[in-house]
Amino acid sequence: MQALKNRTAGFRWDPLQLAFAVLGGLVLLFIVAPLVGLFFFGGEPADIVTAAQNAELRASIWLTLWTSMSATALLALAAVPFAYLLARKDFWGKRMVSGLVDLPTVIPHSAAGIAVLTVIARSSPVGQAAAAVGLDFVGHPAGIMVAMSFVSIPFLINAARDGFAAVPERLEKAALTLGASPLRVFLTIAVPLAWRAILSGFVLMWARGMSEFGAVVIVAYHPMITPVLIWEWFGAYGLSHARPAAALFVLVCLVLFILLRLLARRHADA
Amino acid sequence: MLEVRNLTARWDGFAIKDISFSVDAGDYFVLLGPSGGGKTLVLEILAGLHRRVQGTVTLDGEDITESRIQDRDLSLVYQDRALFPHLTVHKNIAYGLAAGGVPRVERLDRAARLAGQVGVAELLQRRPRTLSGGEAQRVALARALAREPKLLLLDEPLSALDIRAREKLRALLRQLHRAGNTIIHVTHDFEEAVSLASHVAIMAEGRIVQMGTRDEVFLEPRSRFVARFTGVDNFIEGEVTNAQNKTATFVAEKATFQVTNPGFSGRGYLLFRRRDLEVSTTPPTSATKNLFVGKVLDLAPTRSGLEVRLDAQGLTLVAHVSRRHVSALNLELGMNVYASLRDGMGDVIRE
Repeated sequence: MQALKNRTAGFRWDPLQLAFAVLGGLVLLFIVAPLVGLFFFGGEPADIVTAAQNAELRASIWLTLWTSMSATALLALAAVPFAYLLARKDFWGKRMVSGLVDLPTVIPHSAAGIAVLTVIARSSPVGQAAAAVGLDFVGHPAGIMVAMSFVSIPFLINAARDGFAAVPERLEKAALTLGASPLRVFLTIAVPLAWRAILSGFVLMWARGMSEFGAVVIVAYHPMITPVLIWEWFGAYGLSHARPAAALFVLVCLVLFILLRLLARRHADA
Repeated sequence: MLEVRNLTARWDGFAIKDISFSVDAGDYFVLLGPSGGGKTLVLEILAGLHRRVQGTVTLDGEDITESRIQDRDLSLVYQDRALFPHLTVHKNIAYGLAAGGVPRVERLDRAARLAGQVGVAELLQRRPRTLSGGEAQRVALARALAREPKLLLLDEPLSALDIRAREKLRALLRQLHRAGNTIIHVTHDFEEAVSLASHVAIMAEGRIVQMGTRDEVFLEPRSRFVARFTGVDNFIEGEVTNAQNKTATFVAEKATFQVTNPGFSGRGYLLFRRRDLEVSTTPPTSATKNLFVGKVLDLAPTRSGLEVRLDAQGLTLVAHVSRRHVSALNLELGMNVYASLRDGMGDVIRE
């Protein structure tokens, strides 16, 4: 089998495949070139090390990481069960509900920020209720988390829903006939079997939250998450200053995602 | 123990109509019938997978027609086993015990013991995808038995297995039955039913066409369909006349037979198996009461010889020629041959 695979893998490319490969190469270049530029053009690679020593930048990267991670974890508690419901149950208005879930992905992000702000501003009922317990969303990590979640939650729900839909319902029925309660079936059959998809949705939501600029900058300019900081440095000091900061942030994100992917793979193979 | 009354339901292109039967504790009840006959639907209704049905299902006097799946004290083994792919064999077997609140140590212990009983003790740490069909079926059985259900429901448990695995698993099912388990087993395989059942219901097109103990159904099929399905190759409708002393005459539309006196006169069925019909190319030397001349319509090789389909003046007969005689007879399509019913063979049953 392996030998056969090797032989077919080495088989000649036909002209159409070659043409498509050239197109593919262009697309890859389109993606890779800016990233290469970020690290190697417009300055010294050593600038990145210097940037890493900047306390303001380090604090903002840390803030970005933990707010997006907490937002994802908190929302997951509700989003994962909700995704299961969407995968398993047919109900009236389900298409509309699915459409609503996707809505944040099609709203311009600055508009999303404005929309979020109208709900959590100090003058709104939610803002006033929060103020009563001493919480002010605006200019607070909590506000950042709300803005990040709003634009990134569809990624988690959709990935988890697809994951649950791929779990054979028969297995859940089998678990029920063995006397398990629906909650136990959800926790011991559906979630473990959809785990890969859920984790992938988790990573997508986290990544999307981390990279959010438009919505966050409107809700909370301060404390500064890294995308906002990069924008500010670019405006105040120009490209030479913003580039190493951006490069460092991209580097941190890449390392984290590669680590998570590896973890997910080990989990899936176990 | 289990009472099914006037069950009528429709699901996904399958339908059952007015199904009633009862199963007593210790029975091995086989629902036998061709695919698409609604057997599996009956099983799924018993398990609670479909609850929008007409009719009632009671288990030990309790109406469970509308009970939720997890509240029914019966276990279903799916045709494709439905083992949990992310759990080891050990945890698969213990799954129902965990749901039942049995402490961890005890349930793993009990699961290991059950694994020993069904012959998968050495596979406890394996994942389902690494198991053979027979092994997976054993694990599925152990998993279903773990919480000691009142009733074990089996959906075509042997159909996806090779012959050797099938024989071994049949022995296991017999053993489980002897150990006191009450079993309902759905299959399209007549031999499976013969070798396992204490009671049989034959299903066709959503209805039960005949039901009774194994011997009642297999020795006295009530219709051509049941006869064919239960391995009776020759099923002839006719009338018993002239019943005196030891013999009687059985008059069918296309032929007349001399038979053993069945003890009644009137409409009935004559049935005999293909092995009871002897085929020769020359007239038999010994006197025989029932001799026919027929033309060979079809020849089909079987494991032990050749199945021969004959047209004897409009009456279709099925005979069997053993391997030893195949070459001596040298049969060909269209050839005229003699067919004689061995003396004393053939049962006549009342309509």
